[in-house]
Amino acid sequence: MKHAPTLDGPALDDTDRRIVNALQEGFPLSPRPYAEAAEPLGLTEAELIARLKRLLETRVLTRFGPFFDAAAMGGAFCLCAMAVPEERFETVMTQINARPEVAHNYERAHRLNMWFVLATETPEGIAKAAHEIEGETGLKVLRFPKEREFFIGFRVVA
Amino acid sequence: MMLDATDRRIIEATQAGLPLAPAPYAEIGAALGLGEREVVGRMAAMLERGVIRRIGTAPNHYAFGLTANGMTVWDVEDEMAAGLGQEIGALDFVSHCYLRPRALPDWPYNLFAMVHGGDRVEVERKRALIADLLGPCCHRSDILYSTRILKKTGLRLKQEKG
Repeated sequence: MKHAPTLDGPALDDTDRRIVNALQEGFPLSPRPYAEAAEPLGLTEAELIARLKRLLETRVLTRFGPFFDAAAMGGAFCLCAMAVPEERFETVMTQINARPEVAHNYERAHRLNMWFVLATETPEGIAKAAHEIEGETGLKVLRFPKEREFFIGFRVVA
Repeated sequence: MMLDATDRRIIEATQAGLPLAPAPYAEIGAALGLGEREVVGRMAAMLERGVIRRIGTAPNHYAFGLTANGMTVWDVEDEMAAGLGQEIGALDFVSHCYLRPRALPDWPYNLFAMVHGGDRVEVERKRALIADLLGPCCHRSDILYSTRILKKTGLRLKQEKG
């Protein structure tokens, strides 16, 4: 797990945990949203901003802001998988990660060892990107578009 | 539901994250030559339309002790799959649950459920719970543990050309 973020950084205190839990959705769209979000947490605007900065710098949070739905924008998401020969793994990873359409990429312990998500602005963009990757790497890209998504009740409890 | 050029510019300006400053929407507006009220109004409209799913934090699972992350995959009878997917998705330890096409002969599985836990023992216990729930409707299954995050940036719009 060479590049996986770890928690060797500063330990999280209760305030950090309350911030992560409270701000998983519903951040205000208002002129002073940090001040507004800070109040119920018993924090000042400056304290909340400083803590969010630290949580992002230490990779406790991977991102803070709006999350977009490519499908609602007229585009598409597609989970893809490849069986990458071990000796080519780093090279292929670099090729895949360089593409802006690749939103996430995970190494998994399986014959199909590279799993990534393509996010494109048009449904046709998925096939195009997959074909380009196949051309570039000479490897087959299996595509697993979602047919249905089931209710997601899960939240990380910090 | 097409986005106009201004919506796209707002998405481009915020997709890596919101400015960590007291008035983030005014800052975005200043960078784009828009008023704060227009930025807020357009983002509220995108939230309403589902273009923005949510505004908030993306916690790193690893940072919260969820260091074992397994993609469980199941070959479930097609006619039962939607109902079973509903049940699996409602489990509190399943973060994502999807029906996807099989890719025969490489891949016989049609139901995907992400399971997280403190270690693999815990994930296997949860996987067994799913197996019990699926019962004889499931013909085979597998689990793919993530061993490395190679990239996690979320959606990125390409820069508008011309």
